[in-house]
Amino acid sequence: MIEVKGLNKSFSGNQVLTDIDTSFEKGKVNLIIGQSGHGKSVLAKCMVGLHEVDTGEVLYDGRDFTKMDRIERSEIRQEIGMLFQGSALFDSMTVEENVMFPLAMFTKMTKGEMLNRVNFCLERVNLSGKNKLLPDECSGGMQKRIGIARAIAMNPKYLFCDEPNSGLDPKTSILIDGLIKDITQEYQTTTIVITHDMNSVIEIGDNIIFVYQGKKWWQGDRKSIITTDNPEIMGFVFASEFMKEIRSSMREKRS
Amino acid sequence: MLTVVFTRPRKWNIFFKRLFDEINGIGINSLPIVALMSTFIGGVISLQTASNMSSPLLPAYTVGYITQSSTILEFSPTIISLILAGKVGSNIASEIGTMRVTEQIDALEIMGVNSLNFLVLPKVTAAVLFFPILVIFSMALSMIGGWLALILSDLSTTETYVLGLRAFFETSNITYALTKTVVFGFLIVSVASFYGYYVKGGSLDVGKASTQAVVSSSVCILIANFLLTQMILL
Repeated sequence: MIEVKGLNKSFSGNQVLTDIDTSFEKGKVNLIIGQSGHGKSVLAKCMVGLHEVDTGEVLYDGRDFTKMDRIERSEIRQEIGMLFQGSALFDSMTVEENVMFPLAMFTKMTKGEMLNRVNFCLERVNLSGKNKLLPDECSGGMQKRIGIARAIAMNPKYLFCDEPNSGLDPKTSILIDGLIKDITQEYQTTTIVITHDMNSVIEIGDNIIFVYQGKKWWQGDRKSIITTDNPEIMGFVFASEFMKEIRSSMREKRS
Repeated sequence: MLTVVFTRPRKWNIFFKRLFDEINGIGINSLPIVALMSTFIGGVISLQTASNMSSPLLPAYTVGYITQSSTILEFSPTIISLILAGKVGSNIASEIGTMRVTEQIDALEIMGVNSLNFLVLPKVTAAVLFFPILVIFSMALSMIGGWLALILSDLSTTETYVLGLRAFFETSNITYALTKTVVFGFLIVSVASFYGYYVKGGSLDVGKASTQAVVSSSVCILIANFLLTQMILL
């Protein structure tokens, strides 16, 4: 479980996050949604220490990440897997070397054991046999899946996914969403997904946090987001006519 | 930045693998340009010296002596380092800068890897170890270039040129040259890594950082050259 308490962050006097209090539960897919520029990526980066918070606490199962030194943070980070928006694969390494990298860096596994683990992770994301490809020989969807394989290689307790569906076609997006959901349930990870994708909101959002103007504006699950009358949520999630129609038909079904 | 770079690597086998890759990238791949520059400049130094020696009071071996001393003291350590600042410095700044803008450095940090140590320490070590070898190679080729130019132009004989090369030779000059090279190698890699690591923005900014890295490391080399010459030779 990850808890965020009283988190504030500003850049050059410009307040980006204000008093964020929330928690992300284990074994659930926690979504952070919101418009561009309203602070959801900054919130995630503050949580993993890529940005230093001004005030507030980020507790990883009770351990305050913000008060830790570099070495203590390094220990916690070995429990974190992260899928980046652009995948952030090491372009000089093959798929196999990318997935093997955290294992080679942090474990005492033999080459054979690491290879077994790599093959297991690649199989898990339906990329068996792609070991020797370079990242630029893979499609966007494949790169995301390699990113997931690398993120789960160390059996992380916490999984962060930064816009995992950006730039992907709807079918691949559904595949990635399914993978994230399955991995979360299978390994009981605390998963945090930053997304704009409304399909993801409806499909995998166990716990949804809506960030608006740097504040936690609303929190609920995928059922309550359909019934809420919060105007900001309505304006964001159900902005298009198509989504409005879906919402009314879902409400009708529920009633 | 440097205090974080110079920490103990987490895994020595990974460090040594990266070190050999960097020796190949920074050092071995620079051999052709160093060979080309050294041979031709050595030739030009000896030709210019020979063409300007009009006084009969100057001994004939002066051409070899001037080629030797200017090569060892200044050309090989300083000019070759300036050339390497352009080739190696821009390469390092753009490589690390691209890793920064494509979030590869963030990925390393999130994994718990000390990214500065992982990326920069093998490069600094490779430069400090291999630049002196490049400079010794450059010294040898410059003198060979000078000899070839004189023989092909029929301006001197091999015996006279070799006599000049050996005249007033001091081994301390080699120590001075190699000391400078080690300092220049360190400056080139650390300045370029700094510009690459702290780049912000996109590909345009990576290009700018690469140019800034070359300019700044060249200026650092010139200042360090002046200071080291004062400290060591005077």
